[in-house]
Amino acid sequence: MHGIGVFVCHCGSNIAATVDVKKVVEMARLEPGVVHAEEYQYMCSEAGQERIATAIREKNLKGIVVCSCSPRMHEATFRKCAEKAGLNPYMVEIANLREQCSWIHKDIEEGTEKAVILARAAIAKVSLNTSLLPGESRVTKRALVIGGGIAGIQTALDIADAGYEVDIVEKTPSIGGKMAQLDKTFPTLDCSACILTPKMVDAAAHERINLYTYSEIEKVSGFVGDFTVDIRKKARYVNMDKCTGCGVCMEKCPSKKALSEFNSGLNNRPAIYTPFAQAIPNVPVIDPTQCTKLKTGKCGICERFCQAGAIDYTQKDEIVTRKYGAIVVATGFEIIKLDNLEEYAYSQSKDVITSLELERIMNAAGPTKGHLERLSDGKAPKNIVFVQCVGSRCDESKGKPYCSKICCMYTAKHAMLIRDKYPDVNVTVFYIDVRTPGKNFDEFYRRAVEEYGVNYVKGQVGKVAPQPDGSLLVHGVDLLDGKQLKISADMVVLAAAVEPSPSVRKIATMLTASIDTNNFLTEAHPKLRPVESPTAGVFLSGICQGPKDIPETVSQAGAAAVKVVGLLAKDKLLTNPCTAKPDELMCNGCGSCANVCPYGAISYEVKEINDHGIRENRRVAVVNSALCQGCGACTVTCPSGTMDLQGFSNRQILAEVDAICR
Amino acid sequence: MSMNTEFKPKIVAFCCNWCSYAGADLAGSSRLAYPADVKIIRVPCSCRVNPMFILRAFEKGADGVIICGCHPGDCHYSTGNYYARRRMTLLFSMLDYMGIERGRTRVEWVSAAEGVKFSNTMNEFVDAVRTLGPNKRLGDLRCKD
Repeated sequence: MHGIGVFVCHCGSNIAATVDVKKVVEMARLEPGVVHAEEYQYMCSEAGQERIATAIREKNLKGIVVCSCSPRMHEATFRKCAEKAGLNPYMVEIANLREQCSWIHKDIEEGTEKAVILARAAIAKVSLNTSLLPGESRVTKRALVIGGGIAGIQTALDIADAGYEVDIVEKTPSIGGKMAQLDKTFPTLDCSACILTPKMVDAAAHERINLYTYSEIEKVSGFVGDFTVDIRKKARYVNMDKCTGCGVCMEKCPSKKALSEFNSGLNNRPAIYTPFAQAIPNVPVIDPTQCTKLKTGKCGICERFCQAGAIDYTQKDEIVTRKYGAIVVATGFEIIKLDNLEEYAYSQSKDVITSLELERIMNAAGPTKGHLERLSDGKAPKNIVFVQCVGSRCDESKGKPYCSKICCMYTAKHAMLIRDKYPDVNVTVFYIDVRTPGKNFDEFYRRAVEEYGVNYVKGQVGKVAPQPDGSLLVHGVDLLDGKQLKISADMVVLAAAVEPSPSVRKIATMLTASIDTNNFLTEAHPKLRPVESPTAGVFLSGICQGPKDIPETVSQAGAAAVKVVGLLAKDKLLTNPCTAKPDELMCNGCGSCANVCPYGAISYEVKEINDHGIRENRRVAVVNSALCQGCGACTVTCPSGTMDLQGFSNRQILAEVDAICR
Repeated sequence: MSMNTEFKPKIVAFCCNWCSYAGADLAGSSRLAYPADVKIIRVPCSCRVNPMFILRAFEKGADGVIICGCHPGDCHYSTGNYYARRRMTLLFSMLDYMGIERGRTRVEWVSAAEGVKFSNTMNEFVDAVRTLGPNKRLGDLRCKD
């Protein structure tokens, strides 16, 4: 191809410091087909883009190469720029000189040499580019939110208020999530239930929100704008239409041995239960692992007492198939298991508890009716020790490498609440660092220290030793005084690390959304696209993306909702034109390509083919470009080399290989 | 060994757009150095890498070819990396038979979050190829243009 323009960006000094930009321009001019080459400080700036546009118009360029940062950063920018100047946006190639060259190679000679080769490969590729036109696909104007905690509820409310239908799929019997388990929230100390339950009611009552509680995602297919999702509605054994939520069944159920999930396993619940009194929907479920009737066929007490006749032991799981334009993941978190942190004696003593368990103990609706007492003997504790960073910022063999972010604040909250309600209780907090970057957060922590007299000790706890008298001997170190400490406590509270809900891995796999080494979902860009997954049409809300507190979760939920609304507001989406394309003349309709296509985009049709003057009907592969996502699996599988991928064609890639190996 | 440190191998790295190319970007933005001998070609998925591309690279004088994709189970297209894994197992054993040692070819899974792994992998791979020296054994078969 003749008429290629090459534009080399300095990226300030990011590229220019270790790559001789002028040399790259000089060398690019020598490449076949190049008629224009120039450099500029910031190609992505308005002035830089104007230079590109001017060159395209004045020199009548047929293809351009921008030597700049990663195409994941600015490919879209330069394609738009080319389009405005009248060039097909797919006639643009990027040579990644920043991430793949200047940032990793310190030697200017070495960096320049590599930059020249990368530019050469991009020029070789662009000379074989063809103009491509994106197709169109429709947008189903409904969103799916996976997870019914505060993140999911807020996202759903914001999307529904903007005028679009939303389904919330929640795996437990009620929406509400972890926030429903909290007693008070920092830094305002307002009651968690008082601010959450109205939102739960709003979500349930909203005409455009549909709740699938006690349900899980079974299968996801399709793509942005047109996802098809199978939802498994687990058998509740209670007819949701008939149940009045009177609660008699729960009172009468004789099987009350199951541990209450809502109360962090601190007390029991019946086999037929709602997780908590304000559950939404207020319809119980029967736990089939606990129910005597379902296990042995004998009992049936709940059915006898149910005035509404809502109990149905024959109910089966049901699969509902729904279509969505966008999917939001809001699967939340769990507290880590403390098996690898046995030095804190969590499994040895009932009086060593996690902060979430303390949250339930402090709550008026909790197992102790809100009285602070030891779980072993019911006595009021006099000395409480809080241990921070339990499994956070820790060696990976024991816990998590990251900071769980919320523990410093909720520990200050717990300490303050205890000192407020029980002024004679001594509270000691062991910390590595106190991290309180948030509005009114540091002020809150200082109040705990200054007004409430909480004893903060900088240092870690090495061991918690249960004593024969029932007390706990805490071995710690005070780093500021350089002293070993031994504190006798009646209760030890562990600020255990948070981790993404274990279900997220399965869900991410179904959505082909990427996940990081700690099982947090990856953002499309850590700074500029924090609520989008790299998978188009999948958005992130809440802790599934990284540790965060309630205000941050709510803001992120709103941000995710705006992104969803932005997508659903479109009637049509432009599809990626880099799709597979068969050469009908070479195809013999063997069927190999359809076998490997993950999207079912390939079918076969009998067509009249003109093979060098011979007309005959042949079975040939046909690609549905709306379904094809452009992976290229078929191109390599095809035994006759019929299939090629537009934008990444065999010839283009071979040209790159040649240019690199030249 | 002194000869080997002088030797600058030609290494072609095929990286899938979704995981490994992003992992390479992360290695770059984290300033994790690896030898400049490695040149990356972006492909949508590791399953787009046609054995023909690898043969061509060796034909044109490459000393090593590495293919990087998403971890098994994490493929953006669900199953692409499984195809790549199977194809490359066969191809690499055939290449070994033809005189391109096993150490010159590799498939590695690098996620978008594994900048460190990307850099380490490239360092190790280049070291391995340097130890093997220039790719000469295919010389007889190689068609020069």
